[in-house]
Parts: sequence; C-alpha cells; structure tokens
Amino acid sequence: MKKIIFFLLATPFLIACSNDSVDNVNINFKFSQNWDGTQVTNADFNTTLYVNEMGRELNISRMRYLLSRFALTNQNGDVFTTNQFNLVDMANNATLTFNSDLVVPEGTYTLSFIYGFNQEDNINGAYPILNSASWNWPEMLGGGYHFMQYEGSYDVNTVPKPYNLHNGTARVSDGVFEQNFVTITLTNPLVIKTGSEINIKMNIAEWFKNPDLWDLDLYNITLMPNFAAQKLMQRNARSVFSATIN
Amino acid sequence: MVIRFSIYILLLLLLASSCSTSENTEEVYMATPLALEIPQLFQDRILPPVTSPTNPQSVEGVALGRKLFFDPILSADGTQACASCHNPQNAFSDERRFSVGIDGSIGTRNSMPLHNLAWNYNQKFFWDGRAITIEEQIFGPVTNPIEMKNTWPNAVASLQNQTTYPELFREAFGTTTIDSVLVSKAIAQFLRTLISANSRFDRHLMGENILTPQELNGIDVFMNESKGDCFHCHGNPFNPLWTDNTFHNNGLDETFSDLGLGNVSGDPRDNGKFKAPSLRNLAFTAPYMHDGRFETLEEVINHYSEGLVFSETIDPLMKTIAQGGVQLTESDKADLKAFLLSLSDSGFINNPDFQNPN
Ligand code: HEC
Ligand code: HEC
Repeated sequence: MKKIIFFLLATPFLIACSNDSVDNVNINFKFSQNWDGTQVTNADFNTTLYVNEMGRELNISRMRYLLSRFALTNQNGDVFTTNQFNLVDMANNATLTFNSDLVVPEGTYTLSFIYGFNQEDNINGAYPILNSASWNWPEMLGGGYHFMQYEGSYDVNTVPKPYNLHNGTARVSDGVFEQNFVTITLTNPLVIKTGSEINIKMNIAEWFKNPDLWDLDLYNITLMPNFAAQKLMQRNARSVFSATIN
Repeated sequence: MVIRFSIYILLLLLLASSCSTSENTEEVYMATPLALEIPQLFQDRILPPVTSPTNPQSVEGVALGRKLFFDPILSADGTQACASCHNPQNAFSDERRFSVGIDGSIGTRNSMPLHNLAWNYNQKFFWDGRAITIEEQIFGPVTNPIEMKNTWPNAVASLQNQTTYPELFREAFGTTTIDSVLVSKAIAQFLRTLISANSRFDRHLMGENILTPQELNGIDVFMNESKGDCFHCHGNPFNPLWTDNTFHNNGLDETFSDLGLGNVSGDPRDNGKFKAPSLRNLAFTAPYMHDGRFETLEEVINHYSEGLVFSETIDPLMKTIAQGGVQLTESDKADLKAFLLSLSDSGFINNPDFQNPN
C-alpha cells in the first residue's frame, strides 16, 4: 500500500521535472573513413587499391587513430567538453561508435576535438586501456602515446613496399621533443536533437595532399624518429577530418 | 528542487530493492571463492584479466583442475596428461619441436607456453586463434586424434569410476555427476592461475632491481624503430604481457604449408598469420615459432635481422623487408638477446602451486 502512495506521489513530479527543462542530448559519436568520398571499411583492407595525389597505387592494411577532448560550442559561445578519448581501430567495428559522457541541450553547435593527446593528457603509460592496445609511443621519442598508426603497401602491382604512417610526439634531437597534436576545429553548424549522432569522418586521401604533397619515395617506413615526417603528418592532419549529423 | 528530487529517487530505489528480496531461490552450491591474484605491475599498467561469468574461480575448482591437468586419465590409454606437452619446467610448453600424441603420431605445431592466459583480451587461443575461450580450448586436446585421442564419454566414465574424482567434483561444483563441461571448467580455472609477472625485467619496472648495461641496451634495441623495432607486436614496458594478442605474418616463408589464421577465417588475406607469442619465459620455451623451426634465440634474432622473406600477406610492420631485415650489429643482437632473457621468470616455473599434485 505504502509503495503505491510513493509511486503516485513521485510520478507526476518526475513528469513535471522533465517538462520544464530543455531536452538534453547525450552525445554519441560515429567514426567513418573514406577515400575522397568513397567509403573505406576493413573489408577493403589489403584488397582495394587507391591512388594517392602523387599517383602511387596503394592499399591499406591497418588504421588506428586517437581522438580526445571532444567539445561542442553553441551559438552563444558556451563550450561543452569531455576529457574522454576514443581509440578508433578500423579492424574492430566496436570502436567505430563512442557513447560519450557529453550532454548538451538541443541546439546548434560547432565541433572541435584533439587529434591525438594534448601535452597535459599525453602522459607516458597513464591509460591501461591504451597500454593494453600497445598504443604507447617509445620513451626515446618523447613517450606518451601514438596518435595514429596507418599502414599498408604501395606500388602494389609492381614491387610492393610497406608504408607506415605512425604519428606522435616529434623528436627534435636526443632528449628534445616537440608537441605534435592538432586541435581540429570544424566550423560547419551541427543541429543537435534528441537521438542525433555526430559522424566524424576521416578522408584518408587527405594525408597525402593537403597542404603538403606526401612523397612515398621520401617518407615510407621508420617515420617515428623522423622529425620532418612527423611535422608533415601534423600539418596534413588539419584537413583530414569533417563532421556531420546523422 | 534537486534535493527533493533526489530524495524521491532514493525512496523509489529503496522500494525497488525491497520488492526484489525474499524470493525463495533454490539453494545453489557455492565452492570457496578464490580471486585471481593480479600482480601489482599488471594492476598498474593494463586492463583487468578476462574471467568467465559462468565459471567463477574457486579453491576447490582450481585444485581439481590442477589434478586433472597432470593426470593421464584423460587420454585414451591413460598414458598422456596435458602436462606431457605442457611441462611446468618449460613454462608449460614442450621442448620437443612437435609434440607426440599417445599413439606416436606427430603434430605439425610447437606446443604453446601457458601463462597469463586470462590477459589474452581477445580470448583467441592456439597459434591460429581457433578457440575462443579457455574453456572451449580444453575440449580440443582430449579428443584430438594426434594428441590424447580419447572420446568424452570414455574420459568422463574413467573419472566417474575412479574413487576420488566424484567427491572432488562435488566439492568444486556441487555434483558428483561428472561431464565434459565441468572437466573443462576445472582445468580452465587452474590455467587462469598460471600468472607470470616476476622476471628480472618485471622487478626492474617495479623499481626493485637494476638491469645490466647490456640488458638496458637490449630494451633500447627492442623499442627503437631504427634498430630492432619489435614493440609494435610484442608489447613494451607499459604492456608487460609482451604480446599484442593478435595475428601477423612475420616473414618466415614465401609459401605456406600451414595457413594459420587463414585456415580458421577462410580469408586468404589471413594466410600465414599466426599469433604473436608473448616473449615471457623464452629461456624455458625453445624451440620457437608455430612450427618450432628455430632452436635458439640467436636464430630468431637472425631471422628478424637478415632472414625475412616476402609473401603477399606479410605485415607492413616488417618494414625492412627490402633489406631482408633490420640489420642489427653483432653487439646489438647480443644485447637484444640479454634483454629477452630478462623477461624469464624462474619463480613461475618453480611455483609449488603449479607442480604435479598427484
Ligand atoms: C600431444 C601434446 C598436447 C597435449 C596432450 C595437450 N596439448 Fe595443449 N597444445 C599443444 C599444442 C601443439 C598446442 C598448439 C596447437 C595449435 O596451435 O594448433 C597447444 C595449445 C594449447 C593452448 C593454447 C594456448 C594459447 O596461448 O593459445 C592451451 C590453453 C592448451 N594447449 C591447453 C591444454 C590442456 C588443458 C590440455 C589437456 C586437456 C592440453 N593442452 C593437452 C599440445 C598438447
Ligand atoms: C609484425 C609483428 C612482429 C614484429 C614487429 C616482431 N615479431 Fe616476433 N613474432 C611475431 C609473430 C606473428 C610470431 C609467431 C610467428 C609464427 O610462429 O609463425 C613471432 C614470434 C617471435 C618469437 C618466438 C616466440 C615463441 O614462443 O616461439 C620471438 C622470440 C620473437 N618473435 C621475437 C621478436 C623480436 C626480438 C622482434 C624484433 C627484432 C620481433 N619479434 C618483431 C610478430 C612480430
């Protein structure tokens, strides 16, 4: 009997409570990859051939990348942020969705996030989930974590050769390091309603062309200690990402 | 308002919990729970182990699993135990290149060491990942014609007719009726306790001892992309499992007599891929690779240094394939070997809890 009374008392209150506030949206992200607009999934790994900006034929065998500090800014300039991160591994479809703890009122926003980790977050060995994924960046190169591991073969139809675009902290010289993350700020408005999902897209072809042309003859393997290659990836990262609402 | 709202929620939660109690459930047998002892190093650095929701660890279950593991009763003619091919002194692997089954038939793969299996996050077991839990894995060897060559009805009957086992199953699982599922559960519980985290290198990471200059240069070779470049597949000081738990073609062969993962997935892109093994306890686990082709660590290191061969599915992480390998100097090779050996844990192989109880 008592139980029923409590329910009767509580129910109208609960309803009233949700009626007089603006609808809040729990932000879920989806991650997808494309090559100049053609969807790329792990089914394409090692089989589908792509031609990069310099005309080199290549395939893709692995793509993992880390994004962090997702932030939504509304039209008044209020910023909603989360300090969560997500490691996307194209081989593992479960990592292509990310239900974040970010909650924002319905409305129009722009999205920003960090490609990799900023200096404050990029702490050597700090995250068991990333350690377990062997995502660490060697201490001799500044430590912390990889931002990206993108691998495949090029000149596939003649003499196949491996390429490894591994990106992280840049080593200037022994013991001297330079931050190498990128704050990606997208300017297109995203209209967020209950149930909407933010789709973050990576155009893989952009790594090879914008703003700098990527020459695979020059930069193919052992790029982790290569300062010039690290900085080239940082520059080209800016044009790789876009976002839409689903 | 927020406070009043919270009070209502609390009251509702209380009510909800009062509703769900006092349901008269059947008395379920509970053996003595036994939590896995997670080494501090693992606790600090990596994700928790994978345990089974339907097979909780217990004192009695682990003891029974250990007894079964060392007991030849599971094989068709009572001559071969799991331990025959998984010897504690070899970190639970086999010093023979190919293990020999009860009737003398010879397999095509080298036995695997059994350590830190609960930290195999993908739970894909065997060189080719074909078993997806430890429990499932155990169904393999008992009936495998080139291993214990038994049938489950026969194995279960042998256990049932024996004087001590029915009582031990009752203590572990609350029933004297033995079946294959309970056998696999007990052995799986024992296998999960085989934890190795006390090598010289582990103690170095815990700040408890100091490595030699040679070992220190060895880890540098291992972690240096311009030298050994081993860490992308075999862990690093923050992933002290020393494996990435996934499958790669590391350039052993031009053509494959054993397709490995490709045989399991049916995908030709997986041909020639095998599990990257943990580099723990190499001092005890020779010979090396899925087919035990290398007898020494020198041979393994020479493979990566100048012996790589190309095939279509070779991992792009075998970056220096055009030069045949990473081209280490003789002294870097020696240092790399010294580092690899510092990952061996003699306390593990001599742990009294892991020896034959029969
Ligand atoms: C005749 C030798 C032999 C016997 C007996 C045997 N094994 Fe094995 N074991 C092997 C070989 C060889 C492999 C690797 C097989 C493969 O990859 O196909 C293996 C692999 C395994 C693995 C996989 C480890 C990993 O990291 O993926 C486990 C676990 C295992 N055995 C447990 C057992 C248990 C438990 C028993 C007893 C019920 C047993 N084995 C009996 C030879 C044997
Ligand atoms: C591309 C990933 C990859 C890289 C990089 C790599 N390995 Fe391996 N390693 C493997 C795989 C896969 C196997 C098992 C291959 C097989 O048996 O077919 C293996 C096997 C081994 C084994 C045999 C272990 C055993 O129990 O049989 C040793 C030792 C080893 N690697 C050491 C090294 C060292 C040292 C380096 C660096 C010089 C290195 N590996 C680089 C993937 C890799």
